[in-house]
Amino acid sequence: MSGFPILSLMLLVPLAAALVCLFLEAKAARWLALAATLVDLALGVVLWLNFDVGGAQWQFQESHALFAGFKYALGIDGIALLLIMLSVFLMPICIGASWKSVEKRVGEYMAAFLLVETLMIGVFAAQDLFLFYIFFEAGLIPMYLIIGIWGGADRIYASYKFFLYTLLGSVLMLIAMMWMVNTAGTTDIPTLMVYDFPAQAQTWLWLAFFASFAVKMPMWPVHTWLPAAHVQAPTAGSVILAGVLLKMGGYGFIRFSLPMFPEASAYFAPLIWGLSMAAVVITSLIALVQDDMKKLIAYSSVAHMAIVTVGLFAFNTQGLEGSMLVMLSHGLVSGALFLCVGIIYERLHTREISRYGGLAINMPRYSLFFLLFTMASIGLPGTSGFVGEFLSLAGIYQASSWAAFICTTGIILGAAYMLYLYRRVVFGPQNNADAAAMPDLDAREILMVLVLGLSVLWMGVYPESFMAPMRSDIAALEARIARAAPEGDAKVTAGHAKPAHEDVSAHEGAH
Amino acid sequence: MHPILIIVFLPLLAAIITGLGNKDLGAMPAKLITTLGLFVSAALSWSVFIPYLTGSATPEVVPVLKWVASGSFAFDWALRVDTLTAVMLVVVTSVSSLVHLYSWGYMDDEPDKPRFFAYLSLFTFMMLMLVTADNLVQMFFGWEGVGLASYLLIGFYLRKPSAGAAAIKAFVVNRVGDLGFMLGIFATYLVFGTVSIPAILDAVPGVAGSTIGFLGLRADTMTVITLLLFVGAMGKSAQLGLHTWLPDAMEGPTPVSALIHAATMVTAGVFMCCRLSPMFAASETTMTVITFIGAATCFFAATVGCTQWDIKRVIAYSTCSQLGYMFFAIGVGAFGSAMFHLFTHAFFKALLFLCAGSVIHAMHHEQDMRFYGNLRKKIPVTFVAMTLGTLAITGVGLFGFGFAGYFSKDSIIEAAYMSGTKMGLFAYWMGIAAALMTSFYSWRLVFLTFFGKPRWAGSEHIQHAVHDAHGHGDHGHGHDDHAHGHDDHGDGTAGYHPHESPLVMTIPLIVLSVGAVLAGAVFQHYFVSEGEGAFWMNGLVFHEHLIHAMHSISGVAKYMPFIVMLIGLVIAWYGYIKNTSFPAKVVEQIGPVYTFVYRKWMFDELYNVLFVKGAFKFGKLFWKVLDIGIIDRFGPDGAAWVVSKGSTYAQKVQTGYLYSYALVMLLGLVGAISWVIAG
Repeated sequence: MSGFPILSLMLLVPLAAALVCLFLEAKAARWLALAATLVDLALGVVLWLNFDVGGAQWQFQESHALFAGFKYALGIDGIALLLIMLSVFLMPICIGASWKSVEKRVGEYMAAFLLVETLMIGVFAAQDLFLFYIFFEAGLIPMYLIIGIWGGADRIYASYKFFLYTLLGSVLMLIAMMWMVNTAGTTDIPTLMVYDFPAQAQTWLWLAFFASFAVKMPMWPVHTWLPAAHVQAPTAGSVILAGVLLKMGGYGFIRFSLPMFPEASAYFAPLIWGLSMAAVVITSLIALVQDDMKKLIAYSSVAHMAIVTVGLFAFNTQGLEGSMLVMLSHGLVSGALFLCVGIIYERLHTREISRYGGLAINMPRYSLFFLLFTMASIGLPGTSGFVGEFLSLAGIYQASSWAAFICTTGIILGAAYMLYLYRRVVFGPQNNADAAAMPDLDAREILMVLVLGLSVLWMGVYPESFMAPMRSDIAALEARIARAAPEGDAKVTAGHAKPAHEDVSAHEGAH
Repeated sequence: MHPILIIVFLPLLAAIITGLGNKDLGAMPAKLITTLGLFVSAALSWSVFIPYLTGSATPEVVPVLKWVASGSFAFDWALRVDTLTAVMLVVVTSVSSLVHLYSWGYMDDEPDKPRFFAYLSLFTFMMLMLVTADNLVQMFFGWEGVGLASYLLIGFYLRKPSAGAAAIKAFVVNRVGDLGFMLGIFATYLVFGTVSIPAILDAVPGVAGSTIGFLGLRADTMTVITLLLFVGAMGKSAQLGLHTWLPDAMEGPTPVSALIHAATMVTAGVFMCCRLSPMFAASETTMTVITFIGAATCFFAATVGCTQWDIKRVIAYSTCSQLGYMFFAIGVGAFGSAMFHLFTHAFFKALLFLCAGSVIHAMHHEQDMRFYGNLRKKIPVTFVAMTLGTLAITGVGLFGFGFAGYFSKDSIIEAAYMSGTKMGLFAYWMGIAAALMTSFYSWRLVFLTFFGKPRWAGSEHIQHAVHDAHGHGDHGHGHDDHAHGHDDHGDGTAGYHPHESPLVMTIPLIVLSVGAVLAGAVFQHYFVSEGEGAFWMNGLVFHEHLIHAMHSISGVAKYMPFIVMLIGLVIAWYGYIKNTSFPAKVVEQIGPVYTFVYRKWMFDELYNVLFVKGAFKFGKLFWKVLDIGIIDRFGPDGAAWVVSKGSTYAQKVQTGYLYSYALVMLLGLVGAISWVIAG
């Protein structure tokens, strides 16, 4: 594969298709979009198969100097590979989810999605700071369009809220980037990742990046754009927003904040823990009282992303690997959950939970898949949701038992709001005649939930496939930040080693 | 292929085929596939178990698949077989296969059979994964998996709102326990650097005397770890405080109650404590706490059991109470006795539940014992089986001869008495009090159900049955009385004729009856005799001297369980056969106390106010006040307000923000590049 610009090709395929889609009528645009995303998925598989696990840190590198040290530079490590795979995997499903539900301006809609795909891959593949910035910020433009044009009734307010939040963050991040380039004298991300900025400067740089990533994540309390955006977005918009765009914040922390500013990261770790703890408890409780299915899942996303942030700032292998797995799993599971909501929304045109009920009777297949994704969302072992959450929490436990304790309450609250949702939608008597008359999944829908379901089980039973590519990158990152790692609060003192039998008899002696 | 692979994965395969095939597959293939699979598993389980009895087996671990490796935090899918596992294998697969068979009859009029049998087999697989776990995380997998199956089966009658509520309650309350279990696993990994069970148990002595920081406190390491793990055990095994889900779980079909909520899943907490017995034994504090919780549960649940009218709820509280016995046995260090009681209890409690199911089946889904009576001649097999089960649970036996419960329960009570600690003595008295109540409520159940006069006419279910039979005109009963509706017969039967259950239901009753009679006498030698260490092959902490002490127990203390059993029997006989107006008078005398106990010590009411209502209240508060009232108001909405006041730019924000955003970004980038060039 050496030398072949596969990453550029992966950017180009959806971009070219997007341009063509603008000029096509609905049916052709749908098929072209599907074909383009499937080609990109195939390229992604080729990429994964050719990725040398345990080989060079950066692979498939391409670099073309443009001007003033600004380069068109691409390249991926295992972390980027996995997130690219997530993106190209979800895109055909998004197109499939929009097959029937989008009827106005189909060509432009498909073009917007294909553009999102190009930009998402660009974010994860960029090796130049400013190239990353362009992809990172531009990726949101088609997303605004998707919400603003094809969204629900309140779409203007939602996209405007989205805009205001992200604007603040990106301006600060851009200023910080300029300072960094000026100081380090390079825009090359791999070089910057091992550059030691003075501790004092790190603090400000960290905060500037934090402003951007915290919003994208989103972390509490800058999360309120997310429920609004999800509620208004069309189904596929929600899938890609929850599935991939939310991962850009986590990717930012793992690619920039941690390796570039280790001391500042350690300094601010308690802040991250605090916000994450607040997010888990507060947004989970808010999710519990929602009557709107999409809002409920949106709030649950905030709680799940908090598990990512505590894991990242646990400063150990389990935390980092766990966070990556939570991101991948959440991409699949929340995407699938939004898809499940979309499937019944298409039939009844309401997101109000109380309008459904008893779906297990007339939609048994749907109920089965919805159950699988519900269980994955609440982290049942054997599904993807468990492995990441478990590792992430095991990681944070080594740093802070308080943070671990509070964040682990998420497993109780998560079960409560998800099962309460499931019960109201799927269980109970068929109170609403129109909901009771809804047909079960058709072939297109089964195909979409089936591939998601199988991936969820794969990641839950044999996560090694997903852990192997990133293992050496996580190890390198951990080595890089180890010098700043906070000491945990456990501080186990040495025991008085005794042979086993003495221990037992000592116990018995007390009787 | 090692037989354990077949034992464990055959039920999974059956569950997948039946579950996915569902109605396309049809009821009969679904029943056949799952039931045959389970009988094969059970047969193989006994073949694995018997060599442990003869002493010719060696423990082994069968690797299956890599699972997770994150730094040094690594665990794989693997199946461990040793004595403890082998005991659980026979319990789980034997009861499960009998329950599968029994369900052929019990679920006969249920249209959704494939789903039911798929869930049952799925449960069995998860339970087997739990008991064969070689590391804590796989144990947790099985632990959560049985929780899922339990959730699905409690909610099986999905049209019933109360079933849905009970299912959620079971899952969420269990998750409270799981919080403890998970933190316990994290702490174990932090301290020992591994989650492999044998490796941890080997390293336990080295940790003695060390301390660990937890939530700002500093405490003995093993105490912290084991208390956290015990919280998990409390949830799964319905111990006081986290017990509230178990009685509600009776919403599930009765065979499910027998398998999951009596014989197997609820004993998982006991199994966990035994599997990790060297860890628990290393902390005096934890052992004291376990003794206290176990003793308190055993007493509390027995009191509630005395007051309930629903036949299944009586047995549910009885289960809760018996689990309390097992825990205080653990607390006083008698792990062998705890496992022994787990083993015998599985047989007689499954038997009692299946008998109750048979009664319910005969009585057209009526579960209220106030509408039973006089059934012994109508359903004689059920009557005999239930009586044997009752003899077993009440521990009837003397001088080394008796029913199953006599051996296992008495061994626990003796161990508590001879443990020599104050808490052990407390447990002894609680255990004695509970034994009295066990005898009372068990015989009360038998007398109300099988003796006295028929009181069926008051039951709506029975009335429905009679109406339907007449209404459809397809009854071949040859009634001499065609009047229907209320009890025109004047004998309390309302013209209803209960029938004995079919063979597929009575055969499991007979097999389990044999277990309930003999399990104690046959296996006592292995589980709790001197030299039990040989049987357990060091898989269980074993105090030789405690066994010695138990054998030297003498006088009143030794015969106390027998005496209180007789007292309970006599009270029940007096109140429910001899002088049936007596119970009402007692209730009147002790009014408020009765109400408190009848309302299950008000746990549900308290939790509802504190946690359920509290969570919803805080959720609304955080949403309306924090998110909308503060964050949005002073955040994005506030910003928009400032902009719209400050300039005429507002219109542009509404319509042209996208382009301005793109512009800002581009301008920024141009600025950045210029600055870099200039710099």
